[in-house]
Amino acid sequence: MTASFALCLTLLIPSVGAVLIALTGRNPNLRETVTLVTAGVLFIVVLMLLKMTSDGAPAAVILWYMVPGLPLALSIEPLGMLFGLVASGLWIVNSVYSIGYMRGNNEGHQTRFYICFAVAIASAMGIAFAANMFTLFIFYEVLTLSTYPLVTHKGNDDARRGGRIYMGILIGTSIGLQLVAIVWTYVASGTLDFTAGGILSGKVDGPMVPLLLALYMFGIGKAALMPFHRWLPAAMVAPTPVSALLHAVAVVKAGVFTVMKVAVYIFGIDFLAQTGGADWLIWVAAFTVLAASLVAMTKDNLKARLAYSTVSQLSYVVLGAALATSMGVIGGSMQIVMHAFGKITLFFCAGAIYVATHKTEISQMTGLGRVMPFTFGAFFIGALSIIGLPPMGGAWSKWYLMLGAAETHHVIIIIVLMVSSLLNVAYLLPLVARGFFLPAEDSEPIAQSVGAAANPQAPRQRPKIQEAPLLCVLPPCFTAFGCLVLFFYADYIYRLLEPLVTQ
Amino acid sequence: MFQFIASHYNYWIVIFLMMAGFYIVVSRGNLVKKIVGLNIFQVSVFLLYISIGKVAGGTAPILTGKPELFSNPLPHVLILTAIVVGVATTALGLALVVRIREVYGSIEEADIQAANEAMEQEDVKAAQ
Amino acid sequence: MIFQFAQLPVLEVVLPLIAAPLCVLLRRGNWAWLLAMAVCWASFIIAIILLTSVDEGQIISYALGGWAPPLGIEYRIDAVNGLVLLIISGIGALVLPYARTSVAEEIPEQHRSLFYTCFLLCFSGLLGVTITGDAFNLFVFLEISSLSTYIMVAMGAARDRRALSASYTYLIMGTVGATFFVIGVGLIYAVTGSLNMVDIAQRLETVGDLRTVRVAYGFLVVGIGLKLAMFPMHLWLPNAYTYAPSVVTAFLASTATKVAVYALLRFMFTVFGLSFSLTIETLTFLFLPLALIAMFAGSTVAIFQVNMKRMLAYSSVAQIGYMLLGVSFANVTGLTATLIHLFNHALMKGALFMALGCVMLRLGDVSIKSMRGLGKRMPWTMAAFVAGGLSLIGVPLTVGFISKWYLIEAALERGWWPVAILVVASSLLAVIYVWRVVEVAYFREPEGGPRRCEAPLSMLVPLWTLVAANLYFGIDAEFTASVAQLAASELLAGVMP
Repeated sequence: MTASFALCLTLLIPSVGAVLIALTGRNPNLRETVTLVTAGVLFIVVLMLLKMTSDGAPAAVILWYMVPGLPLALSIEPLGMLFGLVASGLWIVNSVYSIGYMRGNNEGHQTRFYICFAVAIASAMGIAFAANMFTLFIFYEVLTLSTYPLVTHKGNDDARRGGRIYMGILIGTSIGLQLVAIVWTYVASGTLDFTAGGILSGKVDGPMVPLLLALYMFGIGKAALMPFHRWLPAAMVAPTPVSALLHAVAVVKAGVFTVMKVAVYIFGIDFLAQTGGADWLIWVAAFTVLAASLVAMTKDNLKARLAYSTVSQLSYVVLGAALATSMGVIGGSMQIVMHAFGKITLFFCAGAIYVATHKTEISQMTGLGRVMPFTFGAFFIGALSIIGLPPMGGAWSKWYLMLGAAETHHVIIIIVLMVSSLLNVAYLLPLVARGFFLPAEDSEPIAQSVGAAANPQAPRQRPKIQEAPLLCVLPPCFTAFGCLVLFFYADYIYRLLEPLVTQ
Repeated sequence: MFQFIASHYNYWIVIFLMMAGFYIVVSRGNLVKKIVGLNIFQVSVFLLYISIGKVAGGTAPILTGKPELFSNPLPHVLILTAIVVGVATTALGLALVVRIREVYGSIEEADIQAANEAMEQEDVKAAQ
Repeated sequence: MIFQFAQLPVLEVVLPLIAAPLCVLLRRGNWAWLLAMAVCWASFIIAIILLTSVDEGQIISYALGGWAPPLGIEYRIDAVNGLVLLIISGIGALVLPYARTSVAEEIPEQHRSLFYTCFLLCFSGLLGVTITGDAFNLFVFLEISSLSTYIMVAMGAARDRRALSASYTYLIMGTVGATFFVIGVGLIYAVTGSLNMVDIAQRLETVGDLRTVRVAYGFLVVGIGLKLAMFPMHLWLPNAYTYAPSVVTAFLASTATKVAVYALLRFMFTVFGLSFSLTIETLTFLFLPLALIAMFAGSTVAIFQVNMKRMLAYSSVAQIGYMLLGVSFANVTGLTATLIHLFNHALMKGALFMALGCVMLRLGDVSIKSMRGLGKRMPWTMAAFVAGGLSLIGVPLTVGFISKWYLIEAALERGWWPVAILVVASSLLAVIYVWRVVEVAYFREPEGGPRRCEAPLSMLVPLWTLVAANLYFGIDAEFTASVAQLAASELLAGVMP
């Protein structure tokens, strides 16, 4: 198998999977098997790609020309490889979790759910391996459209309202700003290929550089840069597996990944550094980091809090790109991975709590830690990683970001990063403390909601362990373990990303 | 100046008829009168074509073999076609007016518009 | 061999023209339908052959009746009208299989064979306008198509009496437009003594910039502008589209205005020439603002409509604005955008109006209320509607995206970046009016219970063929883009002396 063929397969496998899921929709067991097998095969193919490219096999393929001069093309570079690995790998975990969650909650329209999921992953692969901005934009939009039915899965008024904001902001920014930026780039430089060192150097100058960059940065609505962040909390009406994979990993990461791609391969970090075109972006990103964290503290709904936390964490990546130094880029790219593992863990836990107790508000979760120790344990580890404490993976991305800030003498940014970590502590850890250390205010509702199995005679101090279904508990434990492992293997990611900045 | 006006008298007639016809189409509320105006408007164009084709001193373009001065026949042919089109338009327009009279009970534009607006309002109400 | 290849240009137009009276004689609606369908498909195949023989910049010149141009009438086909011929005949060929069920529902039995007669006349008229190289002949075909269109619009009266007044208004405005056009042609004839477009173009070059020529230009632009519903001369369009039978709307929306745009391009660029059109600055000071206003006014008004057909009709006004915008850039990319959008808009509006026709067939109503819960009741129809709507918005992988891409590119090439931003801003208005329907169709409970009432296959297949074309030409636009690019450069090159 050649690398080019494997590249095509990354798009083909989830697409075929979507068709097969549609065909096997009548038989849930078969359908879920198809999902899992597709996810597994996809991950293996991506791993093979990694192996082949690290052996030095060239991987680039032009699918076809959509319009003369603009091909739909795929190729591999380190950043895309990383994103592809994360998205396809976590899809397996998330599929396992989805099965537990969807069955545990008796959700409807499950076939549609799995189909859209597969299409979303296919477009995430397209984004990861896009060889030019044109291809990337197309898959970016497909991703938005394919996730709309997932966001509005419940079909009620809330879902419709959330979906409206979701579509409105994502389509609005991408067509209204990003498309203009892309065509502008094309007109100015005559190409849209991702090229090491950028394609805009010498083609655009003066105040046009920050303006074009602004069109890109705000146009990439998925990166949730303020003030275009509202869609992310709105998307939380979706079932939790959707929030977990898409709004912690695939969709938002596609956004910040695009930001990175634009900074590194369209503008080129040297060009950005020379012209200072990204200086303003540093402050917008820093503002988003702090403001979103502050908003997160005010949210009692767990998923809403996590959503704002995501908004804040995404801007770390934007910050990395805006610093326009090699350490900033490495830190930002690493943040894509680290945050993915941390946040998906937190969302998995939120979903597990919902499946087991149907609780969504943090204030209701008092004492739950003793009932669901594994879930809360995983939550604790995920939270530590988000905060950036060793020995969790999240520590490294913050470390490199701070190095980047120090390199450019942005002392204030270092302070912002530190304050943000403190804020993370303040809004993530109370839940853990509340769950483990406060006594349950009233164990009755728990017992009721868990069902007949609960023993009403059980002593109050030590409620019986009542975890969510196994399929909902294993995945967060697995990803929490991943956070830990990433700390020790960050060097591997660093080496993978190194070509980004040494070319 | 007078010479200029007089020597272009055909154009003045055409312009007058054209404006008169167009004015009737725009200003009259009666559907039949509108069609009358339309006809005057079209006829002005017929005159324009035919007067352009006239050659001073020329006769009807019938080939007799002798060298003769005759008017340009092409505009005549064109206008024959245009007249046919005009007649068809008039016939269709009048037929429509008859049908409108049948269902609306009026051929005044204002009445019809009022009736249409009432229906539209009902549509909006029904859709809520 | 019965068919002679060289006779194809005239057969393209004459076949439907002859078949039209035959339809009257056939009397039975179904037989007339069958004949009409056979003829439309024949025209479609001829159009394909014609386009493939001009797609490398060749020109087919056919002298009607053997009278050599410029005296005789010439049929002249290059990439520009080759493309438009393909659009018209293709849409005609797709609309007809769809028409049978829809017409049977919406038009009384005794009128059906007459309906197909009018349809064929209109079809042949539109093809004639496109194919001819003679200015006056163009007028005749324009009126053949317009007269039959008025009749077809009025046939909607079986359902809603407002079709009659809509048709009447259309008749008055259309005839005024046509007469303006004749005045323009007459003035040109007075100056140049020729009616053949190529010949006129050559003679105009020697005549120079006379006042008569300018007046003629003005009359022609206004006349054609009325026919193509150029803002603010669009007032006939919303009512005509709303109350016409569904089939007629689907056909007209995707062809009639396109042909008028083509005629405009032909006169502005081939006959008068780019330099003339530029010197009197109609492009920048007339077309550009009018196009922009049309884009915004049309889309904004569309948002507030309760009748879905009327909503799409206003959207058409906006989309015509896009086409004129491309013209006003007066560069190859801009004209390419116009021609691509000509093609693409035919596909998307055709699909959307066909979907509404299916709704009309099953529910007898196309108000926003009737769309409630249709996602469950008519899943295939609604899916097609959504696909068409996405195309209208300009989402990637649909044809609408390709149009937007070229428009924005053309704007930025001229350095008019505010225009580029306005283009995308107005497509965001499309998001609003399309999404309004999507939400109603998928999030509201159905009116008449959740019973499924999908349209018959005979309507769904043509509908989905158009939707597939919407997607296919959005994914692989090589064909449209290259033909449009060739056509645009042909138009801009003018006529070689």
